[in-house]
Amino acid sequence: MTAAIEFRSVGLTTAEGRPLLAGISFAVQECTTTAVLGRSGAGKTTLLRTVNRMAEPTSGEVLVKGDNVRHSELIAFRRSIGYVIQETGLFPHMTAERDVALVLEAEGRPHQERVRRSHELLRAVGLEPAQFAARYPHQLSGGQRQRVGLARALAAEPHVLLMDEPFGALDPLTRAEMQDMLKTLLAQLNVTVLLVTHDLDEALYLGDRIVLLNDGKLVAHLAPDEFLQSREPVVEGYVRAFHRGENVAARDAAQEKRA
Amino acid sequence: MSGFLSQYGGEIAELTVEHLWLTGAAMLFATVIAVPVGVWLTRRPAWARPVIGTANVLQTIPSLAMFGFLLPLPWLGERADRVAIVALTAYALLPILRNTYAGIQGIDPSLSSVARALGLTDRQRFFKVELPLASSIILAGLRTATVTCVGIATIAAAVGAGGLGELIFRGVASVDNRLVLAGAIPAALLALACDSALGLLEKWVRVPGPSSSP
Repeated sequence: MTAAIEFRSVGLTTAEGRPLLAGISFAVQECTTTAVLGRSGAGKTTLLRTVNRMAEPTSGEVLVKGDNVRHSELIAFRRSIGYVIQETGLFPHMTAERDVALVLEAEGRPHQERVRRSHELLRAVGLEPAQFAARYPHQLSGGQRQRVGLARALAAEPHVLLMDEPFGALDPLTRAEMQDMLKTLLAQLNVTVLLVTHDLDEALYLGDRIVLLNDGKLVAHLAPDEFLQSREPVVEGYVRAFHRGENVAARDAAQEKRA
Repeated sequence: MSGFLSQYGGEIAELTVEHLWLTGAAMLFATVIAVPVGVWLTRRPAWARPVIGTANVLQTIPSLAMFGFLLPLPWLGERADRVAIVALTAYALLPILRNTYAGIQGIDPSLSSVARALGLTDRQRFFKVELPLASSIILAGLRTATVTCVGIATIAAAVGAGGLGELIFRGVASVDNRLVLAGAIPAALLALACDSALGLLEKWVRVPGPSSSP
């Protein structure tokens, strides 16, 4: 079976000679979610952007459905890939209704179809069109904005969805709600997801596979349970940094037992 | 007073129309030149300094001297209104050019980047995202240019191009303050009217935000 996305020794060095990515190889299977973890500056976003050609690798190649993305027709290709970014992605001069259907507008689809699809998608992400369709981004909460962003990414029925820290700017409760919503939604769609996050819990909850990047290199590509048990020092360090609360809780429990 | 008005009323109206025609034509030319050039400069930022600098220099030429320079030129000098329109166009260029450039440069780069990632073509990105986001700043430039032009157009009368300056010059020459005011007051009102009309338009195209929520 051809992988939905495949990275083959992808490297990217800036014009100033700074390496952002080096020798990254892994594949994302059809209709699965791969979470890309790593600290800030590890190259997560750059890796994501090589898929929709917002960044061009300087070595190696990226394949989507077996075809090298470099040979794709740029505009049509980008429209076939959903893209969600953190916070600032919505256009301040567009209502939710228009923003969601912007790709369809760019394709020249008729107004009625755009409105119908837009409302369908708003409903799918839990926003009632009657209440939210006419709202501008500043009239929405952070969570609602991310919902609109997600609806927009799904408008053209993409087979690949790229998400760059989509819930990074949200409070923990809203983030949990969004993760639940996303999980339910993804179960209904035939879409392959690459999700950049620095939140281990999010990666464990949403990811079928977890990729860890460190200094532009791939450190691990594992299933969630394997990731938690890995003895690889960088992976262990990452897991330990995140599960401090649990360590503290476990210690407290032990102390209580002793007392 | 009413005698004065009945004597000059017709002329004032005629000169006001002429004044509007000079300003309007100049604004049209200036917009057609400066907006596309301003947009082009955002694509070639290396040119921004020299081009905006040139427009800046044009702006500093005293208006009377500008009319004088243009008068002897062939074709242009044949008709005074041509001279006036070209000179006014030159003055209107800078505010429009500067605001178009700044308006588009000032757009959050992540928005342009999202527009590209969604698969908008360069044209679509410009017309659907960049231009709407910059439009209120571009209009603010147009507004400044218009008000400036309404003022400078009074001097066009010095080269015989007509407009409300005609009354002012005649009033000065005959030491008749009523005539000076008959030119100056309508010119000032015209500037105020243009300013508020364009102000309304500017408000109308402004990007919705927390400060202007309905």
